[in-house]
Amino acid sequence: MTEIIKVDNLSFGYPDGQPALSGVSLAVHRGETIALIGPNGAGKSTLLLHFNGILHSDGAVRVLGKAINDKNLKWVRGKVGLVFQNPDDQLFSPTVFEDVAFGPLNMGYDEAQVREVVAKALEWVGMGGYEKRSPHHLSLGEKKRIAIATVLAMNPEVLVIDEPTSNLDPGSKWSLIELLKGLEITKVVASHDLELVEALCPRAIILDGGEVIADGDTSQILADERLLAAHGLARHRPVG
Amino acid sequence: MKHSFLDQYSEGNSLIHRLDPRTKLITTLFFILVVVLTPVSRWQAFVLYFALVATLIIISRVPVLYVLRRSLVIIPFVVLIAIFIPFFKEGEVAGSYNIWVWELTVTHSGIQVFLNILAKAWLSILSLILLTATTRFSHLLKGMEQLRLPRVMVMILSFMYRYIFVLVDEVMRMKQARDSRNLGGGRLRQIRTVGNMIGTLFIRSYERGERVYAAMMARGFDGQTRTLENPAFGQRDFLFALTLGLVLVSAVVLNLWYL
Repeated sequence: MTEIIKVDNLSFGYPDGQPALSGVSLAVHRGETIALIGPNGAGKSTLLLHFNGILHSDGAVRVLGKAINDKNLKWVRGKVGLVFQNPDDQLFSPTVFEDVAFGPLNMGYDEAQVREVVAKALEWVGMGGYEKRSPHHLSLGEKKRIAIATVLAMNPEVLVIDEPTSNLDPGSKWSLIELLKGLEITKVVASHDLELVEALCPRAIILDGGEVIADGDTSQILADERLLAAHGLARHRPVG
Repeated sequence: MKHSFLDQYSEGNSLIHRLDPRTKLITTLFFILVVVLTPVSRWQAFVLYFALVATLIIISRVPVLYVLRRSLVIIPFVVLIAIFIPFFKEGEVAGSYNIWVWELTVTHSGIQVFLNILAKAWLSILSLILLTATTRFSHLLKGMEQLRLPRVMVMILSFMYRYIFVLVDEVMRMKQARDSRNLGGGRLRQIRTVGNMIGTLFIRSYERGERVYAAMMARGFDGQTRTLENPAFGQRDFLFALTLGLVLVSAVVLNLWYL
């Protein structure tokens, strides 16, 4: 299987000296859907920002076999599509069309191509016909879908999503999970929503305190109540 | 929470709505220029300008009351800037008042200049309201871009439009949170709270800016903005621009030589 993302002993500390990641190693293969779970502040988002080189990793992160450096950043960002947690940060254009077209335009597509990929991406997320709407007039569920479309429009190798279901009501949440299930693309999903993880991801990685605690079969990991409880992921109220 | 007060009537389908945003931008700027350059004494010209802008507003089918209400916004600014003119302008005295130790005199020409500034400002704001009410903000931005306005300025306006509502929501939430916990306290305390809110809002906006930038970079942004080129000038635009241009030019000519 092709390794799309390979992280090898990645450590990172924020400028204020607070360590965020220490010795993280993992690999994402083509066709996989992986959950990255862990409590708040575990370093999930920080790790995702390394996947496409927004945070520098000094060669510890490789995309399709190439270490990320300043010269291949643009190529990396075309291959690794990162969807941010808050769609109000992700959607910054006056209209939905311009937002979805932003990535493809930066990739240097011509006009006909841009129109085609925008239409296709919006169709994929079930938002066809929303091109002329303003993002601030949409519901959170709609914004989340369009945020995903903005990244799909660049035709990435892997879709990396930070907390796709946060703040969504159950109806919107399940319809988003169904949508993600239907997308035939390699996915990495950071979340602490274990219902989402169970329904979507065959493989799960637990991250806590900036370290990989467990990496394996989702059903096994989610069955280990003590492991989950030790890392702030217990699903039931603690007894006693 | 939803807000759309900036361009709430921009979905209409009148002649004015269908014009190219560039046509509207240029004619509006031209109109304002002509209005501002009209000499003080030519009151007939102002009647003409008003008739012109009123006709356009009626054609656009934007509710007149809405336009009038929004146009009042300009009054405080004008008054703040021009309120002293009637007192300082030299000329025939219209009235003289003694207030405590000051003697204030108001002159006819001073009042005339003041009213003139008010009329010019009001006519200008009317035309600007007509422009923004009949054009979607995104089209307006597109028009500015096509008119080769510097990209940075267009982007700043575009971010402003996108995030002003997000910020308004944030302020509203902060206010609600404050009011829920606000159990009285002195005036000074209240002012301090407002100060803290402004500070928090600034920091949040700054951090949001960083996140938005990260989201832009994640989609291959490299400091260069790219957009699709858009539809060309239509015959309708040409006719509209020509007609309005001619009316305004003839107004200027009449002003200078005839009246």
